[in-house]
Order: sequence, then structure tokens, then C-alpha cells
Amino acid sequence: MVAAVRWAIAERQAFAVSGSGSKLGWGRPGEQTASLSLSALDGIDLYEPEELVLSARAGTKIAELEQRLAQHGQQLAFEPPDLGPLFGGAAGAGTLGGAIGCNLSGPRRIAAGAARDHVLGFSGVNGLAEPFKAGGRVVKNVTGFDLSKLLSGSFGTLAVMTQITLKVLPAPEEAQSILVFAAAANAAIEIMGAALRSPHELSGAAYLPARAAVRSRVAALAHGRSVVVLRLEGAAPSVAARRAALQDLLRGHGDIAELATPDSRVLWREIRDVTPFISDGMRAVWQVSVPPAAGATIVALASADDDVFFDWGGGRIWLASEHDVATTTIRIRAAVAAVGGHATLVRATDAVRRTVPVFQPPSRAEAVLIARLKDNFDPHRILNPGRMYEGL
Amino acid sequence: MRMPEPDAAVIARKDEIAQALSDLFRADEKAAVITDPVQLRAFECDGLSAYRMRPLCVVLPETTEQVARVLRHCHEHKIKVVARGSGTSLSGGALPLADAVVVGLSKFSRILDIDYANRVVVAQSGVTNLSISEAVAGEGFYYAPDPSSQIACSIGGNVAENSGGVHCLKYGLTTNNVLGVELVTIDGEIVRLGGRHLDAGGYDLLGLITGSEGLLGIVTEVTVRILRRPEVAEAALIGFPTAESAGACVAAIIGAGIIPAGMEMMDRPAIHATEAFVHAGYPLDAEALLIVELDGPAVEVAYLRERVAEIARSVGANSVQTSTSEAERLRFWAGRKAAFPAVGRLAPDYFCMDGTIPRAKLPFVLTRMSEMSAHYGLGVANVFHAGDGNLHPLIMYDVNKPGDLEKAEEFGADILRLCVEVGGVLTGEHGVGVEKRDLMGEMFTETDLDQQQRVKCAFDPDSLLNPGKVFPTLHRCVEQGRTHVHHGELPFAHLPRL
Ligand SMILES: Cc1cc2nc3c(=O)[nH]c(=O)nc-3n(C[C@H](O)[C@H](O)[C@H](O)COP(=O)(O)OP(=O)(O)OC[C@H]3O[C@@H](n4cnc5c(N)ncnc54)[C@H](O)[C@@H]3O)c2cc1C
Repeated sequence: MVAAVRWAIAERQAFAVSGSGSKLGWGRPGEQTASLSLSALDGIDLYEPEELVLSARAGTKIAELEQRLAQHGQQLAFEPPDLGPLFGGAAGAGTLGGAIGCNLSGPRRIAAGAARDHVLGFSGVNGLAEPFKAGGRVVKNVTGFDLSKLLSGSFGTLAVMTQITLKVLPAPEEAQSILVFAAAANAAIEIMGAALRSPHELSGAAYLPARAAVRSRVAALAHGRSVVVLRLEGAAPSVAARRAALQDLLRGHGDIAELATPDSRVLWREIRDVTPFISDGMRAVWQVSVPPAAGATIVALASADDDVFFDWGGGRIWLASEHDVATTTIRIRAAVAAVGGHATLVRATDAVRRTVPVFQPPSRAEAVLIARLKDNFDPHRILNPGRMYEGL
Repeated sequence: MRMPEPDAAVIARKDEIAQALSDLFRADEKAAVITDPVQLRAFECDGLSAYRMRPLCVVLPETTEQVARVLRHCHEHKIKVVARGSGTSLSGGALPLADAVVVGLSKFSRILDIDYANRVVVAQSGVTNLSISEAVAGEGFYYAPDPSSQIACSIGGNVAENSGGVHCLKYGLTTNNVLGVELVTIDGEIVRLGGRHLDAGGYDLLGLITGSEGLLGIVTEVTVRILRRPEVAEAALIGFPTAESAGACVAAIIGAGIIPAGMEMMDRPAIHATEAFVHAGYPLDAEALLIVELDGPAVEVAYLRERVAEIARSVGANSVQTSTSEAERLRFWAGRKAAFPAVGRLAPDYFCMDGTIPRAKLPFVLTRMSEMSAHYGLGVANVFHAGDGNLHPLIMYDVNKPGDLEKAEEFGADILRLCVEVGGVLTGEHGVGVEKRDLMGEMFTETDLDQQQRVKCAFDPDSLLNPGKVFPTLHRCVEQGRTHVHHGELPFAHLPRL
């Protein structure tokens, strides 16, 4: 890796850095002249279930990690989405480096934290060809700046991570859901809010309007009614008690149904992987993060033929639209600006992503810091230049 | 501990500097500049009171805009700045410098918004940790990270240190519970990072600020996530004949897929010191004691209680007692929470260390520590966030005995080296500050430290914020790359501000 970056410095080349390339469609098309794939850099270096820690090379497939963890009843609690199919690729291709580089977090984000919260440390190489490490292998560690956070979600623009150490957690025995039907967006926000303010410890709160619900493989959703999905995970007796309590709490909000663990798992995987929008080919897709109570106001701005669904209790909105991407982006970002948050253009054609800012444009003061960080870690613009921001 | 050589020229201009700072505020503003030596004494040290220094002066601004004015002025005149919350840091993070201005956040004491719809609280950075939980207790909510210093420490200080508490095993550290901050950079820019929503859209600057020990900017406002209080919480006191069996119990509980709300361990000296002090009912015949707190729905707690007791017995516990009332639960915790003052009664002075180790190394580390204790002739008591491997050895010494302080420092350094040697880290929650600064090389290579300094250079190229802390040596920041920000001109200004 060091040699590759040295070569790039000497030859004035710029790399498109990738794992398996499953999410190359995310971000700006970039200004690279060469590519650097980490897919051969794979394998688990350390896994100690009782210490809740795992280290693996950046190119290791998430699917492989999940399989290995499952053998010990453990999991990646941040529930990394498998976005390959959303970008028209195969399922199960995503790598560890890719998941962390994009800070990919699934529905359990609201209870267990984001991908970045599970990174304990890493080794990597910066744009000056310097190999370095940061963090460690223990959960509690405040020794120096938290570079693991900085690198998570930096889309490979500051340094290439070669090995990543993660906190892993026990997988729940049960993962059941409650469905509350026939709710409009603001009613759904109310229901999810009430459930999340209760002591019943939800690990997922999503809302699928009819057009998204009907695309689910789960039979209970097939009749295409709008539905709020609330997930309860944990030990069987605990889940049973909370399921009953939650139904009491929500009585009167709409028809209620229960989803047993197997169906529940399928449905949450669909929500996690943005499955409702996969078949739409190249319809543009945005991910919007706002204060959860504001979710409905954002959705109210969507056109009648745009498709949306909510995750994170209303705080994450997935939106697919056929309309002109530039104007839609302006509209979404104006709405986001009013309530606080950010909107990311996750899927669009190369041509669109070249002209429309993919990531929420930072404030003036923040932009200065971002540029200086890039200057300090990758002054020669070798690592994914332009992938996040033009010229950086 | 050597601090950077103070700049004599700056010290000579002390009165002039204080006057210029006072002139930054209008008559109707309530910001204060303190220069009176008697009043300054209160700011001479933080919780690591073995180190003291009188600052040039102390500024107590009242608004973010005033902080910006002060920092802009200091930046322009190249005056060093040390931020201070409540001054409870145990690593000397808020230790003043003779040629630096202390900016205290004590006037930032208002809770700005309680937002149950989004389950967040927005508070000024000087608000104490506990008062956030108190403000939302009526509605059944709380703020999860609970450092033992929570009645005193500020939320801004918590962000700066990425503080933990006994409940972070299940609920995370400060960094996992903060959603947004307002930060003033050294050039006086006000930056808002995050908010009431989850996750950053670009670089995670919020994650970087958290745990940055006052080196990157001054935090003026913090948005935290609040949680609903669990239905039930109860604690079990489990006594063990050996540290090994207590360690095995911790591993077996986690191995069984149980993440307790808290799992604290105390060794024999700590058990005896606290029992004599608060009479919590700890088993005095135990070599090690575990406090395991379970919380959640009543059925879940009942279910886990049985499993934990079973595991404890299977690894050879002597005694298992479960709290049967809230009063009893609090009594079980009283000993642990009073561990520092209890040890304080055994010796005139003590250092509280803060390394983290992989849990499995605990018995080995405890054995090595008692060997070191014999070697240095200084007592040590251990309290330990066992669930996440965070050790707090309390080294007892007497500052009035010649050589004792130096011996205690050496002993402490040896313990931290041992932590790193077994795969752990120098500090789990108290920060590097000045205390562990010179040990950073034990854990990181020069190149590793360079990367951290790249961050410092991005935020504070002149190294005016809290110099002499965290890094053993500060490199001069070289002007890197192509994006030069001249006269506030913006990089990527051509991007539409969508
Ligand atoms: C008895 C006792 C028990 C403790 N228990 C725990 C514990 O259980 N867990 C734990 O993690 N810690 C514990 N601590 C340590 C300490 O309380 C924490 O580190 C706390 O977060 C410090 O907060 P403070 O407001 O006192 O910060 P200060 O001590 O004033 O400052 C600490 C550092 O933060 C910087 N800083 C402060 N405020 C700001 C701001 N607004 N913006 C930028 N930088 C700032 C300072 O420059 C300094 O580097 C304990 C301390 C004591 C004395």
C-alpha cells in the first residue's frame, strides 16, 4: 500500500480507492487516473468473542464477518446495509473498509449507534505514503484524537484503511416486530415517537407508505397498506413482555399485527438495504437525516410520484424521484436547512453527480476545516480526489 | 513534568493583555476578566492537584459571540488559551500555563431546550452533567454517561474528555451520546457540527472534537441524546475468593451474550477502604467484588438475574446478593462511588490512574501491580470498570515525604506501560492531559502521532489552544497542499450552496 501511494506521488497519479467496488456509484465520480482495490487484502486477523473484539483486513467481505460472528452468537450491531443491489450490483459484495468508509449504518442505528461508534481502531496509509495506526482494541480509549471517527465516513479521501478493529456484540435471541397499519406520514411520526419515548427499548422504527410496503416480500404487507414497523429484540421473555406493553400503548392508533422473528428479519433487511427502491433502475435516491419529529415536513415537500420511506423513527428518509435531480436537490436541501440535518444524493447518474453536490454542502467555517484536513492528510490529492467535494 | 518554557515577553505584558481583553467587552456585558492573584488561585489547578500554575488571567465570557471575540483577539496577538469547564479533569487537561489566558465556561450555565419529541437536550457547555438528567427526570428520561464527578463536571468538559461512567458498558461514552456541538475555533469562527439529527453528512468533525481535550476549539453548546429510564434497575453484589474467579465471571457473563448496565470490580484493599468509610455491606472476606447492574423491563431483569447468579456460582463465587429495593441498590453503589474519598482516608495523597486492558488480562495485570506496589513501597487499591476493561488503580503516597511523589509517578507510569504491553491503552476516560503526555510514545510511533498532529494543524496551526497537553512534542505545522485560505476566502466557493 505504501509503495502504491509512493508511486502515485512520484507519477502524479490519483487513485479511485475501493473495496469490492460495490458502492463506487456513491459520491462524486472523482478525478482519479488509476484505481486501487483492496479486495485482495482480506481475512480476519483476530476475533475474541469474550472480549467482544474483531480485527480484519479492510477488504474482508461484511458477509464473511457476519457469518463468522453468527457462529458465536454475535453480530455487527450497527447492521451495515448491503447497498450493492441498490447500485445495480450483486448482493453480499460489500467489504469492511467500504462499510466504515461510508459510515454505513442500518435501522439499529437508533439503539446501537452508527458504524463509526463501533470502530475501535485501524491501521492505514495516508496520502503521503505514511503508514500509521490509531485507536486500539479496547472499547474505552481516549488516548489522543479519535481518528477512527474522522476516517469513518470519509470515503477514502484522507487515508486508506488497511486493517480495522471493531467492537462486536451479542446477537439477540429474538427479533420480532409490531405492525401498525393505515397511518399517514404525520400519524406515523406520532406512533414512532410514542414508541421510542416508551421504556420498551425499540431497535428499529420505520414507516413504509403503501407504495413501498407493497414491494416487500413479507406476506403481511402484501395488501399494500401504509405501515409502521417497530422492532423489539432481546431475550425471548423480554421481547414477549415488551410486545404486549407496546400494543397496549398503541391501541387506537390503527390495526395492529405481530411479525414473528423470521418474517421480521426479512422485512428489516429490506428496510436496511433500501430494497423498495432497487427495482427502480436509475431513479435518483436521496438519504436525508433530520430530527425525527421533522420527518413528515420533509416528506410533505415530495412530489406525488416520488417514493419515500422512513427509518430511524422518522429521522432517516429514503427518497426516490424521477424529477430533475438538481431542482429536487435544491428543494430537499432547503427543507433540511429549515429543520437541521443533511441530505445525501446516494444514487444518480455520473453526469448528475458531477454537477450536483452529492453531500450536504458544509457551512463556510466547516468548509475551511474540511479543506485543511484534506490538505494535511492528502496534500497531493492522491486518495479519491473529488469523491466528496470538488477539488478535495 | 516539564511544561513548555513560558514566554517571558508575554508574561511581562500581563496587565496590558488583561486590559485589552477587558476592552473587548462593552460596559453592559457581564463577561469578567480576573486578574486578582487571590481570585486566580481558584483556577491554579484542576482535579490533578499535584500540578499547579497561575495563569496570566482568567476570562469568563457569557455568550458564544464573546468567546469568538476573545479567541479572535488571542489568535491575532498569538496569546495561548486554556479552556476550562468545571476543572475536575484528572489528567491536568485544564492546568493553566503561566503565559496563557484561561477561558472559563462557568457562565454558560443554561439549558437551552428540552425536546422530548426528538429526545434531545440542548445545553450550554458549562451546564453540569447531572443537571441535564435532573432536568428531564420528571418525564422519566436521563442522560446516560454518568462520570462519578457528575454533580460538578460540565457537559463541555465531558465532550472535551469523552468522559465515561459506570453505565457506558451498555449505553456508551460521551461520543456515542452527543449529537451536536457549537464550537468556536481559535480564529474566532463559530462552527455548528451535527444537531438534533443523527450522523454527519461529511467528515465526522463532531467525532473528532469529542475527546480533543481543548486542543481544537472551545465548545459553547452541546446537544445530547436522552434516554427513557429503564423500567427496573437492580444490582447484585458478588464476592469472589480470587481475582481470577472474578475475572472469569466477567468473561463468562459477556460470553453468554449478556451486556449488563454496569459491571464494576473492586479488589481487597478497595473493598476494605470503602466498607470502613460508607458501610455498604461489602463482603470483607472477598479478594474481589463485582457489582453487576441489570436494567430493563422487569421480566428481562428477573431472567438475567438468574443467569448471572448461575454463572457466578459456576466460576466459584462466595456470595451473591441481589438488591431488593432502590435503597439497597443505591447502598450497593455507595461504596463504589465513594471509592476515591475512601482511599483518600488511607493516605495523605493518591493518584487515580486510568488505563484500559483487554479483560482477559486482568488477573495478570493485578498480580504484576501488587509486585510493583511492593517494589515501590506504595499501596495501591483497585476499582475497575470490569465490563470494558478500564482500570482505576489508586496509588497512595505522601507528598510531604521526600521522593514519594516521584515514586508514585514512576509507579503510575509503570502501570500504564503494562496496560499498553498487554494490548490496552494509556487512558480509558480521563484523558492524556499533562499526566500521560510523555507516555504517548509507549503506544504510538512518531508517525502515528504525526497524524494526530495533522488534525491539530488543521484546526489550530499556531498551536495556541492548550499547548503542552496531549503531545510530548509539537511539530511546527507546515503549510500543506493546495487549499490556501486567504483573507477568509472560501475553498470550493464555486459550489452552489444547495
Ligand atoms: C472525583 C472525580 C471522579 C471522576 N470520575 C470520572 C468518571 O467516572 N469518568 C470520567 O470519565 N471522568 C471522571 N472524572 C474526570 C472529570 O470529571 C472528567 O474528565 C470531566 O469530563 C471533566 O469536566 P470539567 O468540566 O471538569 O472539565 P475541566 O477539568 O475543566 O477540563 C477538562 C479538559 O477539557 C477542556 N475543556 C473543558 N471545557 C471545555 C470546553 N467547553 N470546550 C473545549 N474544551 C474544554 C479543558 O481544556 C481540559 O483539557 C472524575 C473526576 C473527579 C475529580
